[in-house]
Amino acid sequence: MPETTFLDATELVLNMGPQHPSTHGVLRVVLKLDGEKVLGTDCVIGYLHRGLEKVAENRTWVQFNPYVDRLDYVAAVSNSLAYCLAVEKLLNVEAPPRAQAVRVILTELNRIGSHLLWLGTHALDIGAITPVFYCFREREESIKILEKYCGARLTTHAFRIGGLPAEPYDGFQKDVLAFCEMFLPKVDEYEELLTNNRIWIGRLQNVGVLTAGECKEYGVTGPMLRAAGVKWDIRKALPYSGYDKYDFEIPTRTNGDTYDRYLVRIQEMRQSARIARQAAESLPDGPIMAKVSKVVKPPVGEAYVSIEAPKGELGFYVVSDGSAQPYRVRVRPPSFVNLQALDRMVRGALIADVVAVIGTLDIVLGEVDR
Amino acid sequence: MPDEPKPTTPAAPPAAPAPPKAAPPKPPAVMAWTPLESELATELKRQFGDRVVEASSYVGQSFFVVKRDEVISIIEYLKVEANFDYLVDITAVDWPKRVERFDLIYIVYSFALNERIRIKTTIPDGFRPESAVRVHRTANWLEREVFDMFGIEFAGHPDLRRILLPEEWQGHPLRKEYPLLQQDQDWVQTNLDIERGQ
Repeated sequence: MPETTFLDATELVLNMGPQHPSTHGVLRVVLKLDGEKVLGTDCVIGYLHRGLEKVAENRTWVQFNPYVDRLDYVAAVSNSLAYCLAVEKLLNVEAPPRAQAVRVILTELNRIGSHLLWLGTHALDIGAITPVFYCFREREESIKILEKYCGARLTTHAFRIGGLPAEPYDGFQKDVLAFCEMFLPKVDEYEELLTNNRIWIGRLQNVGVLTAGECKEYGVTGPMLRAAGVKWDIRKALPYSGYDKYDFEIPTRTNGDTYDRYLVRIQEMRQSARIARQAAESLPDGPIMAKVSKVVKPPVGEAYVSIEAPKGELGFYVVSDGSAQPYRVRVRPPSFVNLQALDRMVRGALIADVVAVIGTLDIVLGEVDR
Repeated sequence: MPDEPKPTTPAAPPAAPAPPKAAPPKPPAVMAWTPLESELATELKRQFGDRVVEASSYVGQSFFVVKRDEVISIIEYLKVEANFDYLVDITAVDWPKRVERFDLIYIVYSFALNERIRIKTTIPDGFRPESAVRVHRTANWLEREVFDMFGIEFAGHPDLRRILLPEEWQGHPLRKEYPLLQQDQDWVQTNLDIERGQ
């Protein structure tokens, strides 16, 4: 903590958070200011640290599955998918096609939900109060499908190692198709509210710029990387769970500022609905579980599997010693790595931009702190 | 193999993590590692000779085991010469029974080649590996986390502090000897004003 800077009359150290509405949880940022100008930041994280990686070593592979939902609790389905894929890699099994398709549908619905939550709260931070109501209206619909599928709304525990816990309910396909049909015009509505809004553009354009080179330097992935012009999405680059079968685009922009990240995420919601629709239309029949014994005992070895979570690359590095308990589970969280770029993005900017940049990072502290 | 449904009850967690071989009827299966033959492997072998100890592929994922003093120069070489410009992750695994107790794992990815590899090395307790921050800026927080959780100090790191746990915390939780229920009583009492931590 730079205590001595108080002695310098032109500099002010200001504490933002951990209880601050626009830090999206318990993030604390110590800002060093010169008037309204940010001279530097220091992120203090760990307020939500629950030691999940330690917990994993004291649970069985199967028992740890519900815990991963508590990482990025806004997109719990993605976490579960990444964890199941990693353990399946260790076991060298693959979920059957029907399970894969249902996984894709739920993950994409969850991505839409996650982006909607981001859009609503980001707009709220900037001062636009209306979008959050619109966003939560549609997010509710996506959550309802998850609820009907597995009974839970947020921390869903939607997948099992090797497949799915249950057959999708009757009318699942119909619900998904109806949601996609309903959702696309709603995205136009959000765009009407924001895309050409003068205040929105004024607050976002050229704020928190990260170039493609800087993104790679800081390991920043997900929509932030794509907004800087890198056409990279793990769903395309290293396809998993049958994503190669679906027809979709990777939206990119070139400026790498906060406004471009907004446009990229808006486009991604449309693409997610497109993928979910394709998967629901061509949902194959067949089993929903691969042959996996009840006590999961992967052979001695290790694997790293990552997926494109709504926030970026979410990876699981799993090590097995041949017993029913994980020897090591390492989570590579996108939010944690992306947050590191905050200092680079706000240095020299105004204090009000810090709020915009924290919003555009789309961090979830459950994942940052684990 | 008799699959005994033996769930570890949350009420009484074992004080130490389960030993690797809790007398099972037969030793656990080990997945086969195959030697990796690729252009990159040949190139690295040519460039670094026997400092690249092993190049293997395992469930379709390539990894290189290298000598611990060479990790950073290999990562730098990969970044500059072979286009592996994205450091995905740095992490460690604790094997307390081994002399060289920690595995240190670096995962790098190349956007141009669409290829991901792991660089692995082993270090004994107390060894200070070189920091990767001068090559990849991402390494800053990733190494801080490894330091926080395992107590591995990186030489040349610009700002090596704990990151997830409070500064004054004692111990490094992801070391195997750190029990599940232990927490830093002193820290909890001074800072949270709670008499008993648990």
